[in-house]
Amino acid sequence: MSTDSTDSQFSPERSALLSKVEPAVLEEQALVTNNRDFNWVTNKICKIVETNAPNWWWVCFAVALATASFTLVGLIWLVSTGVGVWGLANPINWGWAIVNFVFWIGIGHAGTLISAILCLLKQGWRTSINRAAEAMTIFAVVCAGIFPLFHVGRVWFAWWLFPLPNANLIWPQFRSPLEWDVFAVSTYGTVSVLFWYMGMIPDLGILRDRAVQRLTKGVYEGSSKLRQSMAHGADIFRKYFYGVLAMGWRNAGNHWRNYEMAYLLLAGLSTPLVLSVHTIVSFDFAVAVLPGWHTTIFPPYFVAGAIFSGFGMVLTLMLPLRALYGLHDLITQRHIDNMCKICLGTGSIVGYAYIMEFFIAWYGANPYESFAFINRAFGQYSWAYYIMFSCNVFTPQLFWFSAVRKNAALVWIMSILINVGMWFERFVITVTSLANDFLPSSWGYYSPTIVDVFTFFGTFGLFSTLFLLFLRFLPLMPIGEIKFVMPQADPHGHESDNGKESH
Amino acid sequence: MSEIYGIIASFKDTPDLYHAAEKVRDAGFKNWDTYSSFPVHGMPEAQGQPRSKVPVFTFLGGVTGFTIGTLMVWYMNAFDYPLIVGGMPFFSPVFPFPIMYELTILLAAFGTLGGMFITNLLPQHYNPLFNSSKFLEVSGDRLCIAIEARDSQFDRDQTRAFLESIGGFDIEEVEA
Repeated sequence: MSTDSTDSQFSPERSALLSKVEPAVLEEQALVTNNRDFNWVTNKICKIVETNAPNWWWVCFAVALATASFTLVGLIWLVSTGVGVWGLANPINWGWAIVNFVFWIGIGHAGTLISAILCLLKQGWRTSINRAAEAMTIFAVVCAGIFPLFHVGRVWFAWWLFPLPNANLIWPQFRSPLEWDVFAVSTYGTVSVLFWYMGMIPDLGILRDRAVQRLTKGVYEGSSKLRQSMAHGADIFRKYFYGVLAMGWRNAGNHWRNYEMAYLLLAGLSTPLVLSVHTIVSFDFAVAVLPGWHTTIFPPYFVAGAIFSGFGMVLTLMLPLRALYGLHDLITQRHIDNMCKICLGTGSIVGYAYIMEFFIAWYGANPYESFAFINRAFGQYSWAYYIMFSCNVFTPQLFWFSAVRKNAALVWIMSILINVGMWFERFVITVTSLANDFLPSSWGYYSPTIVDVFTFFGTFGLFSTLFLLFLRFLPLMPIGEIKFVMPQADPHGHESDNGKESH
Repeated sequence: MSEIYGIIASFKDTPDLYHAAEKVRDAGFKNWDTYSSFPVHGMPEAQGQPRSKVPVFTFLGGVTGFTIGTLMVWYMNAFDYPLIVGGMPFFSPVFPFPIMYELTILLAAFGTLGGMFITNLLPQHYNPLFNSSKFLEVSGDRLCIAIEARDSQFDRDQTRAFLESIGGFDIEEVEA
């Protein structure tokens, strides 16, 4: 990549032209700014879990738990009464539950994209955000899973979804896309946990070693004896908690060799997985024969939308974290720029898909299909369509401007708008096609009930609770991977740039 | 003198560690390793290690998953309890493909993680190295090489001198 070494290979005309136009030299922004050293990185990340929780953490945790209790209330209400307490009524039998399911699953996709696809593409900037994004994936899948699980009605029979022998001697029906979804989502959740855990092993080892070091030293600062012994007790807990989870990781070259290979393979496995999950989610719709659902554009359109909403959520989470923990040297403007650009790219794909759907509805000359789309934009749910369109198509276009990307507050607000828009996208897709189907005599209008609202609102609390616990107990960033992209980690000396690119 | 596990030496920076590893490799040691809190690019070659065997486990997992997925759908929907649904065939390679695909990935992922554990001989919650304070500092910025006593070329004094000659400092014996 470096221009100095390759200039001599070019023709004299080219060199002459280059000297005439004087192309601007674009310097690559460092991934860890302010010339930090290895110890600083280890300390910065480990201190988050080793020091007492800051006050804001406790406030957020209390609010998150209180919010999560709404889901509990909603689910108890549902189970004790029946699915009728949701706003579902003929012909709309897929309401908020499916909307919320697709919404949360979609959010998870950015985590896997960052950890898998960007790993395969050798994007060094992924390192400081991938751990948190993977955690986000897992917690989003947890939230998503609640909805179909309880939508089955009698939740205590939900295990019939899995291919286990039951009293009726009937097996699951694999010709149904809903059954494919069971496999896709449960595989996705499991593989995400495996990937997340494996990536964490070296960092858990570091936390274990640091606890052991402090225990050996035996000196604890603190205003009182009680505080000192509490700090001591916490380190004993850490020694065993992280010690057991780290599985005896020793940072050995041999360990890293196998670990790196396993990481690469898991990235290679997760890439087709993440693309398949939202594809299969879209099959839930696309395999049905309803106008507006039965389209071949759905798989790529769903996947792009999922990545779009996921990056929106990563920005929503990482920008406050960066400010609260002072992580500006690790999550730099370059990271934010890149995330905004991915939002811009995937948001544009989503916008293209919206327009293409209309074109195909007209070009396909199917009156039902045309009606479905005219109805979306001008029918009884047009308000939802306009919210969706403005949030998803117009908002990301602002990311073309670097001034917008540099304004963290504005980016944060936009990231929330993106997720509002993506929720409405799923609402528009699910509800408009069902509310106005083939028989006008059975048309209906869907409204959620308070139980729907409680259950969905509470999942944000559940998600936040899990995420806050993650911040508290597990390393927020992969320490080894961040060090790997620092110039000091280059075995051929970081003074010369030639060595870096040559292999 | 008590039994020792090996000798651990520290190195100044990543290039030093890398070149020292090449020298340990060239000196013909077999039971030794480098220790750094991050993967060093090209270190497996510098240590003279072969390509990792993890892909074998991944492949076995994937093949198992694909086979299980295929046989499961066939057994359940075409053999044990065939049910007519929408005029669709009882079995075909097309409709169960998502199941086969997902199970391939699922078991390949388990194979990969399991393979990482097997090839690294983990879990191994105790190792004499954990008793070395220098070794524990690898979690910060220390870079080490440890040569184990079970290596056939190991000799307390000569190995120590060798580690010193290749740029090692803070050289310590680790008790077994």
